[in-house]
Amino acid sequence: METILFCAPVAADGTLAKASLEALSAAKTLAEGLGATLAVGLFGADVAPAAAAVAACGPVFAVTGEAFAVARYATDAAALEALAKAASATIIIAADDSRVSRALPGVAARLNGRIDAHVVAIAAKDGKPLVTRGYYRQRMTAELTRAARPWCVTVSGGCYAAYDGAPGQASLTDVSVPVTEAMTRTTIKAVVAPSADEQTIRPDAKMLFVAGAGWTKKQGDGAAHVPEAGQLILGFLGKAKASLGSSKSLVDMGGEGESVLPFLTHLHQVGQTGATPRHQKGLATCCHGEEPHVVGWRFITERRAVNLDAACGWAQGKADVLYVADAFEVMRRVNELLG
Amino acid sequence: MFHIVVCGGIVPDPLQTLEPVKGPAGWGLKNELMLPSILDPWASHALYEAAHLAKAVPGSKVWLVSLGPKAKLQQVMMTVAQKAPFELVVADGPAGGFVDSFEVAEALFAAISGIAGLDASKLLLFGGWQSASRGSGSTLQILGEKLGITDQFQGVDKLTVGADGSLEVMERIEGGAYQISTCTGAPAALGWATGELPEPPNNPQVGMANMRLVMPALQKAKPAAVNAAAIDYQSVTLPAQKRETRVVKDTPVDVIAQEIIDWLAS
Repeated sequence: METILFCAPVAADGTLAKASLEALSAAKTLAEGLGATLAVGLFGADVAPAAAAVAACGPVFAVTGEAFAVARYATDAAALEALAKAASATIIIAADDSRVSRALPGVAARLNGRIDAHVVAIAAKDGKPLVTRGYYRQRMTAELTRAARPWCVTVSGGCYAAYDGAPGQASLTDVSVPVTEAMTRTTIKAVVAPSADEQTIRPDAKMLFVAGAGWTKKQGDGAAHVPEAGQLILGFLGKAKASLGSSKSLVDMGGEGESVLPFLTHLHQVGQTGATPRHQKGLATCCHGEEPHVVGWRFITERRAVNLDAACGWAQGKADVLYVADAFEVMRRVNELLG
Repeated sequence: MFHIVVCGGIVPDPLQTLEPVKGPAGWGLKNELMLPSILDPWASHALYEAAHLAKAVPGSKVWLVSLGPKAKLQQVMMTVAQKAPFELVVADGPAGGFVDSFEVAEALFAAISGIAGLDASKLLLFGGWQSASRGSGSTLQILGEKLGITDQFQGVDKLTVGADGSLEVMERIEGGAYQISTCTGAPAALGWATGELPEPPNNPQVGMANMRLVMPALQKAKPAAVNAAAIDYQSVTLPAQKRETRVVKDTPVDVIAQEIIDWLAS
């Protein structure tokens, strides 16, 4: 019988991140489907509040200590390895956040196991675990299983509802991990993030606003209006509390010396070499291109687009609504209506 | 002084239409060997960063280690070799995304282990933080473990080397933020995101120098033993969903804006 271990780092405030709670739902679903044992593995400075929150899921194994509070490969991998061994896990499930994604593949190697990352669905079929994930930047989808164990799986955010079971008294087993000098060669210095007002990447926003290269091109009067484009975009993001995505071409312009929107970085890039964010709604403006460029909003549930080309491959067959109009005029009016 | 090993596979040009097919050797792409290929985009950034670092730190050297069919690699190298100085190491095997990352790491480990003069204490293992084919983001970590590297970083956009050889690394984390770490020095593994450097212009002189080593490297490439059956694929499909797009044109801006507002509020 399979033993499924859900693993997660615990935040400084003792809670589990939303992405981790979503992965826990995936792990629980699989355990129920397979009739397997579910256990929980937590690591961090103090895991007690998180352990209580997931107590109903199964026994909790914990690696604790200040060394495990920070997101560092060596200590995270050591903690995850120890948890997997303590629980005798055959399947290890975690969120595909930056911290676990950095460490879990190495843990799979240490355990002589295998890993599949960025899974979007996980289920039991004919008594076997079956995972679904994208290939070639989400341009195709595969369902797969494996015989090899331990099998590590990371689950993408936004694919499952976050676990919200009743808290309780956890059956907690402490797992000891000696911290060696070699494990602390790396020191975490800082986390740098724009202030909440300046931040234009908002993973929890309902709306993704995708800005395409058309914003910086010459407009009907024969001149480019980049500063106004920036004001309109930032104005909308602020008023609608939307997250900003951009096409690669628009981001790349900065490196090519063209006039650019100064707040755009490669972190905003969606698509082939960028993110594939998950938001409820997406509004693409001045975006053009065919299938390969559209993967950036494949996981947006409701999609609308504004551009001047009614036949644009970015929108036709991909968006629910295409407004054939000048994005400057539309967004100017939208911002006025938003107040 | 660093010994920088950049791992990078080849992927189909992103503008190509891709269709999965199942053949005798497992899943692959339709006309895979006919598709024009490029060096994986994030691995390319790793290569540019490696070349930049090697230039800044005297005595450093860059190897590009790639698992792929020799003929395709030769085509791709005609362009890549003009971008940055490196020595190519080839493992002759499949480059497709359906190969297990563990198997790829094994093949790369074998290739790296065969590099003469590689000093593990000076090793910086570079690569893209994900490939544009498998997109797993796991090969580099597995390879790092096999090489005994326990200081690893993913989603790296900036590396600064201190006078004492220490490394300051900026890694992408959630919500558009960066984690900044310092490491006492090599060995370390860095999975690069976009980095900070633009794509270098083609330099024919660099290309000529590289190609003198590329051709022998391709000729002496050893076949990589990759187990295609490591993953049991039940199905591989293209997303079938096609939306019925309602086109709104010849409509006043006020009406469109109000419709968007109503949609936002719904």
